[in-house]
Amino acid sequence: MARKLPRKDVVIIGLGWTGSIMANELTDAGLQVVAIERGPWRNTATNFAPNYAQDELRYRIRHELFLRPAQTSFSFRNKTSETALPIRNWGAFMPPNGVGGGGVHWNAETWRFLPSDFVLKTHLTQRYGAKFLPNDMTIQDWGVTYDELEPHYDAFEYLCGTSGTAGNLRGQIQPGGNPFEGPRSRPYPTPAQRQGYSHTLFAQAAASLGYKPFPQPSGNLSQAYTNPLGVRMGPCTYCGFCEWFGCANYSKASPQTTLLPVLVRKPNFTARDLSEVTRINLDASGKRTTGVTFIDTSGDEWEQPADLVILAAYTIFNVRLLLLSGIGAAYDPVANKGVVGRNFTHQTISNIVSFFDPEKFNFNNFMSSGSIGMCIDEFNGDNFDHGPVGFVGGGYMGQVQTNARPIQGTKVPPGTPQWGAKWKQAVREHYLSTVNPGTGVHGSMYSYRDVYLDLDPTYTDHLGLPLTRITMDFHDNEIKQNAFLTDKFAEIFQAMGAQQMSKQYRKAPYDITDYQTTHLCGGAIMGTDPKTSATNRYLQSWDVPNLFVTGASSFPQNAGYNPTGTLCALAYWSAKAIREQYLKNPGPLVHA
Amino acid sequence: MTDIRRRDLLVGTAFALLGKAAGADVIAGALPWSPNAASPPLPVHPGGWHFFTEAESALAEALADRIIPPDPGPRGTPVAVPGSAAAAATTPAAGSATRDTARASGSAHANGTGSTSGATGASGPAPDYRTEWCPGGREAGCAVFLDRQLAGPYGQSEGLYRKGPFQKGSKTQGEQNPETPAQLYRRWLAALDKYARSLQDGKPFVEMSTDRQDVILAGLESGSVELEGVDAKDFFKHLVMDLQTGFFADPLYGGNRAMCAWKMIGYPGAHYDYRDWIDRHNERYPHPPVAITGAPGWIPRS
Repeated sequence: MARKLPRKDVVIIGLGWTGSIMANELTDAGLQVVAIERGPWRNTATNFAPNYAQDELRYRIRHELFLRPAQTSFSFRNKTSETALPIRNWGAFMPPNGVGGGGVHWNAETWRFLPSDFVLKTHLTQRYGAKFLPNDMTIQDWGVTYDELEPHYDAFEYLCGTSGTAGNLRGQIQPGGNPFEGPRSRPYPTPAQRQGYSHTLFAQAAASLGYKPFPQPSGNLSQAYTNPLGVRMGPCTYCGFCEWFGCANYSKASPQTTLLPVLVRKPNFTARDLSEVTRINLDASGKRTTGVTFIDTSGDEWEQPADLVILAAYTIFNVRLLLLSGIGAAYDPVANKGVVGRNFTHQTISNIVSFFDPEKFNFNNFMSSGSIGMCIDEFNGDNFDHGPVGFVGGGYMGQVQTNARPIQGTKVPPGTPQWGAKWKQAVREHYLSTVNPGTGVHGSMYSYRDVYLDLDPTYTDHLGLPLTRITMDFHDNEIKQNAFLTDKFAEIFQAMGAQQMSKQYRKAPYDITDYQTTHLCGGAIMGTDPKTSATNRYLQSWDVPNLFVTGASSFPQNAGYNPTGTLCALAYWSAKAIREQYLKNPGPLVHA
Repeated sequence: MTDIRRRDLLVGTAFALLGKAAGADVIAGALPWSPNAASPPLPVHPGGWHFFTEAESALAEALADRIIPPDPGPRGTPVAVPGSAAAAATTPAAGSATRDTARASGSAHANGTGSTSGATGASGPAPDYRTEWCPGGREAGCAVFLDRQLAGPYGQSEGLYRKGPFQKGSKTQGEQNPETPAQLYRRWLAALDKYARSLQDGKPFVEMSTDRQDVILAGLESGSVELEGVDAKDFFKHLVMDLQTGFFADPLYGGNRAMCAWKMIGYPGAHYDYRDWIDRHNERYPHPPVAITGAPGWIPRS
């Protein structure tokens, strides 16, 4: 029987990026806030100190900072006709765990989505006609526009100290920045990071082909920075241990380095770690939440009553808690009804490994940062005419190589044996002159009727609760998109002087063992119609108005960018609506 | 922050074992802080075998030396590497620390000591460590690495999802094997040994010529050699992956002894600050590698 804790104004489920932002905004409004986090508290000095943070085996290969599948995993299948089987070890994506969430071990690539991304269905239909879109594609407009989100993108970038070169300042295109980006109200808080040799050559090659290369916006800072909350960050040292690792320099933007030192000192904030929320509780009407139930690592069950619940866990866990709690109709792909679990998406990533003449090129790609890189945006979103190419969507592409850690970064040219003397000598000769961007083509993945989440009928977690079942496959549209983009990407490496290339196109079927990114999106999407979205434009549940659902689970489809900038902007947008509208008159902010 | 939680981190589980350990904290008023708390890795100590039997260890060492053979020629023979002359950099520092003092002071190892001057005297080009003779997997400690990994969390599939039912799925659904790596390697090595002894002269694998060993390994890779009761291709895939992982991992795990693999490719290891070199395009990084637990010339104080 759960023991009941004293009531709070707000309970936040998950203390990652959006949970921390929400907690800070709502404590500023004078509310009593408790955040409940499944994983451990982590801080820089204890958990990622600079005398052992740079351990590829421990953090990258053995996944130390991540959720362990033994605790909870997911089941996966490509098609509804198949039996889903559990993900026994992480592959295609890496779910976070612990205070700071994915903000601890992300690369800190801090993008904004394009203005047209937020009105995608309307935009594409107007430009190409409804028949241009595949029948089973279920893309939607978001219900919020770029212009509405701009102040909140700005707030997040200034919180993080993001390093970059503006491409569009209040409508004026700026040299050296991304000319396709939406207008920004002011420059990035810090200048772009310095670039390595391969990144610089890539930009020169791209420019020679007529593209407009620009530095990737980076949450690894080019210089020391003090954010508006007074929290100080140090400059990035290009150590090459960023994604999958915690930053030992206080130079990667994370809740730990931007928000938590201020948040934790507030008298009206409390956090609980190693405590897993198992249910969002409802009153007898089913239309109002009364708080949450959670279990701590002693196995003790607690009830935390609250007037307002913020569901701020990782994408799939947001959807799972809604399903476990019976909030919103579960999505049924056959009937095409229900909202929770629909429009689930990932990303369409591909890579090209290029081998250069070792007599002439020494790239030193081991010195790098998580969001270093030179990119082009000519082939993102609807920045180019899709009429002749027969698909929609796109992505940025670039030499965004974050590291050359040797376990994974020792590549050999096509045709080389994978072991033995020839392999060994090839590794020796090519390591310093190989360019391996990793997520070099960062393509969108749009939503489809048969790609969704529900609860698995067989497999359960450590508490006996059903795993979330992922049904996902690539559709022709994304495969065509990736082939087109990857070929364009290859032209740039050719112009750069590559001797050999290994082009790794993204192909169907979707493979749960092949790492892409952890950018899983959707499943509890925002929108304008309660029949096709789980929340309204303010991330407020249509069914339970004192519940808000933050994070990438709200994306109706995924754009060709990393999601963190957008999901954090949405958190600020939602917090503003709670502070300025909801608290004055608790109830639905949108009447459908 | 309890001692229990720290122990969990030390053994690499990274999460408190559920239902066993207390540890959930209420955090309010100040950042939780345990002075001097840290979760450093536990270095492998050489000597003896923790998982392999003597016979298995001999086989594992023979395999390590075929997957990663020693460089040709006697120890110390320099190896020709393209670009080793072209991209030579001289040290930028005004001071001219000798190579040995640079090693001893741990140049640029960002453990709070700051960086020191370059690795060479100002008079000549920086050495190219890639040209040093590199030992094979056996001497590099790759079998020791595998032994300790199989005796530890990796060998037991610790932290992975282990609930049944186990069913064979599609390739895209990932491995669905109820056996742990420790169980698999025991069967794999026994099956390889049995196969080798079944050939014409009945010699064990470890007594064969390296050419014959390579023929068998190539057969495992291609699928032309089948082993009784095991998936030979799967065995070979894991073997290559695990031994090469040990070769390139930090030496604290038992492989990559004296950072031989890092020197071989020109990787400087656990340096944590390249602000002085990120703009020096196409110049070879001049400093010798360092590892998490130190470098040759550092004397641990106990």
